Amino acid sequence: MSNTQQLESITTQVRRDILRMVHKVNSGHPGGSLGCAEFLVALYNEIMDRKEGFDMDGLEEDLFFLSNGHISPVFYSVLARSGYFPVDELNTFRLLDSRLQGHPTTHEGLPGIRIASGSLGQGMSVAIGAAAVKKLNNDDHLVYSLHGDGELQEGQNWEAIMYASAKNVDNLIATIDLNGKQIDGATDDVLPMGSIKDKFVAFGWTVIEIEEGNNMDAILAGMAEAKSKAGQGKPVCVLLKTMMGNGVDFMMHTHAWHGKAPNDEQLANGLAQNPETLGDY
Amino acid sequence: MKTYTNTGSKDTRSGFGAGLTELGQTNENVVALCADLIGSLKMDDFKANHPERFFQIGIAEANMIGIAAGMTIGGKIPFTGTFANFSTGRVYDQIRQSVAYSDKNVKICASHAGLTLGEDGATHQILEDIGLMKMLPGMTVINTCDYNQTKAATIAIAEHDGPVYLRFGRPKVANFTPEDQTFEIGKAIKLIEGTDVTIVATGHLVWEALEAAKDLNEQGISAEVINIHTIKPLDEAAIIASVGKTGCIVTAEEHNYYGGLGESVARTLSQHQPTPQEFVATSDTFGESGTPAQLMEKYGLNSAAIVKKAQLVIKRK
Repeated sequence: MSNTQQLESITTQVRRDILRMVHKVNSGHPGGSLGCAEFLVALYNEIMDRKEGFDMDGLEEDLFFLSNGHISPVFYSVLARSGYFPVDELNTFRLLDSRLQGHPTTHEGLPGIRIASGSLGQGMSVAIGAAAVKKLNNDDHLVYSLHGDGELQEGQNWEAIMYASAKNVDNLIATIDLNGKQIDGATDDVLPMGSIKDKFVAFGWTVIEIEEGNNMDAILAGMAEAKSKAGQGKPVCVLLKTMMGNGVDFMMHTHAWHGKAPNDEQLANGLAQNPETLGDY
Repeated sequence: MKTYTNTGSKDTRSGFGAGLTELGQTNENVVALCADLIGSLKMDDFKANHPERFFQIGIAEANMIGIAAGMTIGGKIPFTGTFANFSTGRVYDQIRQSVAYSDKNVKICASHAGLTLGEDGATHQILEDIGLMKMLPGMTVINTCDYNQTKAATIAIAEHDGPVYLRFGRPKVANFTPEDQTFEIGKAIKLIEGTDVTIVATGHLVWEALEAAKDLNEQGISAEVINIHTIKPLDEAAIIASVGKTGCIVTAEEHNYYGGLGESVARTLSQHQPTPQEFVATSDTFGESGTPAQLMEKYGLNSAAIVKKAQLVIKRK
């Protein structure tokens, strides 16, 4: 099996995890989670330089911050499948006394999480802070972050985007999930933002575009290019064009599955499209 | 009656600046962030001495709080500096999610709190910040009374693991606490022993409480004065012990009576030792332009106001 095939195999299992997690508690956000499954699998298995185990300070390793915390199902699945906590714990998603809260948090001590997110627009600032400390510590590892496109409507992002280029935070690779959708519909209908690429360029960032954000080879190539642009004085933005609900046909081409769980029949349908690869939890 | 001497009036924000300067020399993990108010916050020395550990964020307080939260990851101890209004109300959700809920070791240092900011008026005079901050789980809330105590508190909070809100002010006020004091978070300081009424004060009102105790003493009333520099966690034992002796209490603060020190004291007493209480605080109002002294007079936040409330509460025993 080639490297790409291995990553795709993990992604298929992650899709199953996402569907089963949200189905069990009849809540959660499958659409955006499925759209970012390939990206997060690639990030944790191939792109980031990670240490074994977890400590909050994350010295001498790459860090990742999820700003659009509502896609917690994909984050939890990828963390569990990367060894941060037992895969069986995915069974507790959104249940009382669980470490897998509806939105990610450090408060319950779940390994792999370094900041709470969910209230949107805060993650880029946090990533900048962590990146600045990497420089203070003479640690040349990178900081990655992920943000929704609709999330860019939050003003704090633009404070952070302005700061990162002005202060040459060039060890930061911030990825925007360009799925063109948010809760109330298409981003172009809710609040058209024009060209996000032009905006980042105007703010002084290096911009890498990944047109096929659900294609593993395209992600690996794009992120390799992004890494090669780090350390050159500018922060790096990756515009990742994804399909919300990717890999489950009836969840694609619609924003309806942003925050809705499948029923029993829909779950069976979705799982049939994504056969077990690593074993269900 | 024990008396205190003003060794020379100074602003509490300069105490913060001096504490930060010392921390710069003694603790290499301390980093400082400011949102375009370096001079007002007296952060100039730290910036000059440790440019690599100083971060000018610009007028972007939300970003400042988020960056500070991120800087704790990797072992730094960030101190953010701006006015109290922009340190709290403007960035409440950033503090709530990225700092308090995320258990981050950020020190939110807030100058120009309350009415004594003066002429800039109500847009800048926050009287709600203690309430906002004390409601956040895990947040320590400190309001220091003079230059020496603010310097000592600034140094002490670097050793405390967890988020802290440190509140201080703009005007020059009496400096009367010891220069070499050790600041103990959550430990009330009894300044004057008394038997007839307890006066619990915080921040700029502590000196006013000492002045009030002198006036009351001349009227034959023995006031016990307690400096509550830490509003959360509150030194409940000190307050309960004092009212056990005096039987009544006045709380005094430069803050709205909703959400302030007075409410915290009332909650404690209603639970453990119901006691007549009067409040020296603003009465659900915004401030306005004026000199600090004019404003404290108009809004009833000076020694004369404390004397009146003490006389009133003694009658309610």
